Amino acid sequence: MSAAPALSADVPAPPSRSMAQRAPDLLVWGAVLVLLLVAFKPVEMDHFAKLFTNSENMRQYGAELLKPDFTDWRLYVDKMWLTVQIAMWGTFLAVIIAVPFGLACAKNVSPAWIQQPMRLLMNLLRSIPDLVLGTLFLVAVGLGPFAGVMALAINTGAVLAKLFSEAVESIDKGPVEGVRATGANRLHEIVWGVIPQVAPHWTSYALYRFESNSRSATVLGLIGAGGIGQLLFETMNAFDYHRLSAIVIVIIVAVTLIDLLSQAMRSRLM
Amino acid sequence: MKRKAGPGLARTGEAQPSMPDAAVLSIRNVSKSFGPRQALAGVSLDVSKGEMIALIGPSGSGKSTLLRSISGLQAIDPGDGRIEAFGGPVQENGRISGKVRQIRTRIGFIFQQFNLVGRLSLFSNVALGSLGRISPWRGVLGLWPEETRLAVMAALARVGVADYAAQRANTLSGGQQQRAAIARALVQKAKIILADEPVASLDPVAARKVMESLRDLNSQDGLTVIVTLHQVDYALRYCRRVVALKAGRVAYDGPASLLKNEQLIDIYGPEFEDVFWEGAPT
Repeated sequence: MSAAPALSADVPAPPSRSMAQRAPDLLVWGAVLVLLLVAFKPVEMDHFAKLFTNSENMRQYGAELLKPDFTDWRLYVDKMWLTVQIAMWGTFLAVIIAVPFGLACAKNVSPAWIQQPMRLLMNLLRSIPDLVLGTLFLVAVGLGPFAGVMALAINTGAVLAKLFSEAVESIDKGPVEGVRATGANRLHEIVWGVIPQVAPHWTSYALYRFESNSRSATVLGLIGAGGIGQLLFETMNAFDYHRLSAIVIVIIVAVTLIDLLSQAMRSRLM
Repeated sequence: MKRKAGPGLARTGEAQPSMPDAAVLSIRNVSKSFGPRQALAGVSLDVSKGEMIALIGPSGSGKSTLLRSISGLQAIDPGDGRIEAFGGPVQENGRISGKVRQIRTRIGFIFQQFNLVGRLSLFSNVALGSLGRISPWRGVLGLWPEETRLAVMAALARVGVADYAAQRANTLSGGQQQRAAIARALVQKAKIILADEPVASLDPVAARKVMESLRDLNSQDGLTVIVTLHQVDYALRYCRRVVALKAGRVAYDGPASLLKNEQLIDIYGPEFEDVFWEGAPT
């Protein structure tokens, strides 16, 4: 202690967090742990061991899947292409929806009385699952791909609106002020000050959603929205594992190709 | 304080304003607080057409706040404070006038951080200067009229960056970007240029080019220029009139030639030599 220089009185102690400051963290992590424990039984996590004891069934299923039947590959590719087209139009319409709504949800662009209700509306739309929206549109417009397109458009539109608005909220306000200072109007500020700053982010988000919509569109086929999903569902119900396997392979290849393509495009943007 | 042409006039080479008493800006008792901190405390200032004024003062003295208030980028405190430009109100009683866009088209603003849109070409950035006077939908779609396109290239050539017209703004140096920002004000056909620390982010060579561009606009085109500067030597070299702010109040308003070291010590404190970039006068 005697070695401490006389200055020590002027040097503040290193920062330390008091128990009161740590309490919220402990509370949050403790709550997460408790919730996981509570959920253990309802999700039957104790069945984990069955993965290994019932492995004979899985081996049989796997063996059948290993012999894919590609006789009807033209049909599969055709249906897959339809699914991708559903995803394309769904995403395109979603972007059209998301641009105005994304701007309306952004704090730094819209006044609170627009931004708050818009945000609520987007949260609401986003929380409706694709499948429910799909069923709704099936009732409205009948069986077929258009119902799938609309379901994707609404759901993805709400998701993109949120992502778009977050991108807008993180822009540098300098260039916007630069535009404002020329006597430009509000729309000019957005078109010239905001959009150029968010354009790469928006495009990247839209491409990413197109990737995941290619997968979602497959699932939508299950409820009768056409495309490869419908075929998948029918084959599954017929326990025709050889054809099922071929269909799954077509889906995996197509989705992987789309992922690669969109990733390549996104990395060029940034 | 009277602003008579002092003996320092000759060395600045500044043009005589054609209408010495034509006031273009009138600032009356303007105050502005940010929470508990008062940035401006009852500032009054009259600016005549064709003046070139340096606004100096230590950091936090309210220089930027004053410029931003003049352009209506920021509302002043409610009360009897009032800012007028070209005879019309910019803001009064803490409210920005509804006609501020009209007024802004005649006030060019140069920012310390240039505030160009980085992903747009230099050409597009400068063309934005015409947004206030071309038809709004053309502005939205970027269908610049021929008049704008020619004005943009002329302005870029004048400040010496026309060769980079097609390049993205964020690929250029700070000095080049700042000169493009001046070109934007030219395309705007601004009558007043407010420059907020235009050279603070630049090296001395680029800074001199920017200051010379501003002086050129003042002497050749008769534009009124108010420029905030950290560097007192730049203020003395380029401007005939100096206004100094200290803690939100006007501490000096008069000819640059009459600004004495004692006053600088009063404004900046005993270490006032630090505010000379290229050395204090001996």
